[in-house]
Amino acid sequence: MAKTYEPIATTTLGSVASSVTFSSITGTYTDLLLVIAVKQSGTPQRWTSIRLNSDSGTNYSYTSLEGNGSTAGSYRESNQTRGAINFKTSPTDWGQNTVHFQNYSNTTTFKSWISRGDAAAQGPVAIAGLYRSTSAITSMLITLEGSGQNFDTGSTFTLYGIKAA
Amino acid sequence: MLNNIAALLDSGAVAAVGDYESIATANGTGSSGVITFSSIPSTYKHIQIRYIARSTSGADGFITLNGSTSASRRHWVSGDGSSAGAASDALGYVVPTAGSSDAANIMGVGVIDILDYADTNKNKVTRTLGGIDRNGSGYVILFSGLWITTSAISSLSITAASGSWNTATTFALYGVK
Repeated sequence: MAKTYEPIATTTLGSVASSVTFSSITGTYTDLLLVIAVKQSGTPQRWTSIRLNSDSGTNYSYTSLEGNGSTAGSYRESNQTRGAINFKTSPTDWGQNTVHFQNYSNTTTFKSWISRGDAAAQGPVAIAGLYRSTSAITSMLITLEGSGQNFDTGSTFTLYGIKAA
Repeated sequence: MLNNIAALLDSGAVAAVGDYESIATANGTGSSGVITFSSIPSTYKHIQIRYIARSTSGADGFITLNGSTSASRRHWVSGDGSSAGAASDALGYVVPTAGSSDAANIMGVGVIDILDYADTNKNKVTRTLGGIDRNGSGYVILFSGLWITTSAISSLSITAASGSWNTATTFALYGVK
């Protein structure tokens, strides 16, 4: 009998890296859950972002809610080539978050994600994201926004599958 | 079916949890605005609902516990892309979804946790992490819902604000040991 909730793949960086990819994601599960604990190896600080199915088109958007210890704010980006999944980290501050992709393998709806994360020096964040494609999600590329920034050694990335009855 | 893995089951916080099981899944039919999970066993410690949802009419849904919507209240903090806000009222709409005014194929998405759902010494509280992004509009929201009842939750309904749940809608109920 298949497990309801199980790890699909995990990566712990042994050296700095600009991205991590989970590929060949099968349609075995109902939902995917991405769990990351990361920090950057350099500055400037960048949001953690995701690209799905190697699609580099401007098909991504997100809306965020964040607090920094004194004020709460909200931010949005539309028509992006990647979508944010977590707040900015830094070379000294870890960020952790969980990103939920419900019904990731259906081929009739755009794919949405809901994320709850934090960055030690930035505060908590929640993000609703959209990938305007009805394709099943088969791969994830996790990067930092912008260019020239890397995830630091020790950053971890784990993808879980959740299977409904 | 039990899974003995350490996992992250909560919609936000990291938790060391053992067993996580699928209890039931319900899909929208396009002709009904009510989805009900009945005969929920009390054998779990917590329950969780994971969903994507869209109504054929107005957006959002409310939760009914054990057939009653009375004495419910919600607080929330949300962001709409430009500002954040917080408020409360005496309603049970804690299920953000898409509606007919949204572009085709866009769904609301969320995770709802109900901790100690079978504890008869506690009022019931729901916790929602949800939202919808529409590529230029939308929101993300954290709801805290309160139901003044100490009864164990044995049935739970999710009702569209108006219209029916479309056929792409899925609500999946899980139990956490």
